[in-house]
Amino acid sequence: MLHEFDSVIVGGGGAGLYAALEASRTANTAVISKLYPMRSHTGAAQGGIGAALGNVDTDDPVWHAFDTVKGGDYLVDQTAAKILAEGAVQAVYDLENRGLPFSRTPEGRIAQRRFGGHTRNFGEAAVKRSCYAADRTGHMILQTLYQQCIRNKVEFYDEFHVVDVILEGHRCAGVVAFELATGEFHVFRAKATLFATGGFGRMYRVTSNAHANTGDGPAVLARAGVPLEDMEFYQFHPTGIRGMGILITEGVRGEGGVLKNRHGERFMERYAPTLLDLAPRDMVSRAIMTEISEGRGARGDRRIDDYVYLDATHLGRETVETKIPDIQDFCKTYLALDPAEQPMPVQPTAHYGMGGIPTDVDGRVESSTEVYEGLYAAGECACVSVHGANRLGTNSLVDLIVFGRRAGQHIAEYVRGTDMPVISESAADGARKRIARLRERTGKGEFPGPLYEKMQEVMMSDVGVYRDAESMRRAVDRLRELRTRLGDVAVQDEGQRFNAEILGILELENLLDLSLVTAATGLHRTESRGAHSRRDFPERSDDEWLKHSLAWMTGDQIELGEKGVDVSIWQPKPRTY
Amino acid sequence: MNVKLEILRQNPDIAEAPHRVTYDVEVDQTDRVLDGLIQVTQNVDGSLGFRKSCAHGICGSDAMRINGKERLACRTLFRDVVETDGDVVSLEPLAHLPVQKDLMVDQEPFFEKFRSVKPYLIPKTQPEAGQEFLQSEEERELFDEATKCINCAACYSACPILDKNPDFIGPAAIVQAVRFTRDSRDQGLEARLDELDDPNGLWPCESKFECTRVCPREIKITKLINLTKRQVKKYREERGEEPNDR
Repeated sequence: MLHEFDSVIVGGGGAGLYAALEASRTANTAVISKLYPMRSHTGAAQGGIGAALGNVDTDDPVWHAFDTVKGGDYLVDQTAAKILAEGAVQAVYDLENRGLPFSRTPEGRIAQRRFGGHTRNFGEAAVKRSCYAADRTGHMILQTLYQQCIRNKVEFYDEFHVVDVILEGHRCAGVVAFELATGEFHVFRAKATLFATGGFGRMYRVTSNAHANTGDGPAVLARAGVPLEDMEFYQFHPTGIRGMGILITEGVRGEGGVLKNRHGERFMERYAPTLLDLAPRDMVSRAIMTEISEGRGARGDRRIDDYVYLDATHLGRETVETKIPDIQDFCKTYLALDPAEQPMPVQPTAHYGMGGIPTDVDGRVESSTEVYEGLYAAGECACVSVHGANRLGTNSLVDLIVFGRRAGQHIAEYVRGTDMPVISESAADGARKRIARLRERTGKGEFPGPLYEKMQEVMMSDVGVYRDAESMRRAVDRLRELRTRLGDVAVQDEGQRFNAEILGILELENLLDLSLVTAATGLHRTESRGAHSRRDFPERSDDEWLKHSLAWMTGDQIELGEKGVDVSIWQPKPRTY
Repeated sequence: MNVKLEILRQNPDIAEAPHRVTYDVEVDQTDRVLDGLIQVTQNVDGSLGFRKSCAHGICGSDAMRINGKERLACRTLFRDVVETDGDVVSLEPLAHLPVQKDLMVDQEPFFEKFRSVKPYLIPKTQPEAGQEFLQSEEERELFDEATKCINCAACYSACPILDKNPDFIGPAAIVQAVRFTRDSRDQGLEARLDELDDPNGLWPCESKFECTRVCPREIKITKLINLTKRQVKKYREERGEEPNDR
């Protein structure tokens, strides 16, 4: 079936919905989402949106921009960081005005709290910058944007999985999608196409990410020849629930929670004497893994699945119940413990991809020299880059509201001055053939489950918080092998209706491709910067590596290139907290 | 431990009556029921239909009837059900919505009712440009509970009124309306009076508390419905009007 829209938005999370809302002012807009949009993973974000409103502490967007740059270990494009910090203030007011129920200060203004790496006056001390709605900020953003899309009558194609992008050279003409309910193929022809498909944390065994976070956008584009930027930088959030990976917000530490090792020692004193537990995430995750590898984890067995404690018992019951109620609820449900009484067992959990589809500050997809016309990306799947080598807490929500909004505004302008692109009748053939091949093998091959588990284990142990040449080389080999074996898996379900196996195999293919790019780019970068921590190259090397990586994918071969970093405002300095 | 998942299966594309299929799974006490379902599809029978996403009770994808009670499969640990009900765990799709496949129901009728209550801010005034609306902590607290709703439809399935009156808008839609009628920034009740003060709006509710009992977000839904009924009655009384309850 063929559909035509001025703009098509792929993904119904925060970035996609904000873009849809803005684009739909002038453009006839459709949102294609493999989930019902209100199930998107933006809804799981807990802590808040960093914006220098200055409602509680004196603040300035320039300080926010600086913190973002320093937090990203100077791999952040600095003009983009300024746009992020300034745009955050406007976007927060815009969301509040549209109904987002922020928590309030006694004066009735938007409440703000501390978050990791956010400081006043270029690193002097922690600042209350994170605008929050209890510990459900992401849920509230998603609800607010979805409500507004309903109000503006944006058209939704729910439970449609995008399998291909239609590119004619560097001009995007739309996408091909697979309707889960019927197994039918749909071609969406559009003047502008925006990918906002979110993260890909399911590459890892322990992750805070939803099952749906399989990197569909970046993988589809990579296979179509678009390079991916800075994929070696993958963030581990320091505090996931042991074993399960469910996120315990940094807001717990923002409210005064403290990390402790098996001896009850507040070990962050040794790693980040000024910001302590609120140091950036890469540093805290490394500190935890170092404690564990030196035998001071809770069990003390030095294994990578050991854990430490996050102690909030001294905060008092009232703070726990009012400021972090959902965290209390998770702990009771999954751990049968009450954080007001007992410390929480935590370990680093795969959380956020700093890298992704390279874009400019209006969401337009660009490689090092060329801009793809009519093709946009925003949110976690994109790389502007405002997160550099390590994202600061709250800046994921900031990214998606600022750049989702900007991309939508750009699309609204763009579609007015452009014609509907031409597409060939065979646009869906590639996707159709791929799925037909899968169906041909119904019942004649292995289950994909074991391959999925193997990939997650390889990524966890060999491309995790710490990595080195040996581990990443091993990972590249194993991932290539798994990619080959993926050709042998088969579906059992012959039906068309909600064939979850086909969806699962397409998702696994996406994850395997992105895992391979992550391992290969990590192997290439022979330094440690932000979340990319190499045992064999422990220092940052600005002379050699102050540059973004670009990775082009052809089959299982990765070709690497580079792109300059915008350091026009602040000169790189050693990163201490 | 070994647990048997007894799943009510059906696929409208294949002409067969709904039937129960039992799967043996090897799980830990602390595994989620969702983990058991994933084990079945990844290793035993890939054709089993159910929805999932966040796996920790935030996205609302995996509400179903577990041993007869509406729960989220990702928030229900095996120890929670096995200790009380034994090691055969019965799984059925939500009620009051058409089954699409196995444990998946068509949520569109549910969302249609959600959309009908104007679930978006209809502001009373405009704030100063580049400023937030002012709202006191107490005003914010008034609608806090309703903001927790994840539209999982557990309450919609559990509501006994929908057994006899399928046109009742149901508990979740009322919660979504209340989210705004109690928000000091919104035009409130007046903007949604037609939908709430309607024979299929608030009034069919008979305070059976089933919605409150099953809500995975622990929202006191029945209480919110009753508060709103009183608010509507007061509104009508002040104008010398009768509620539109029949």
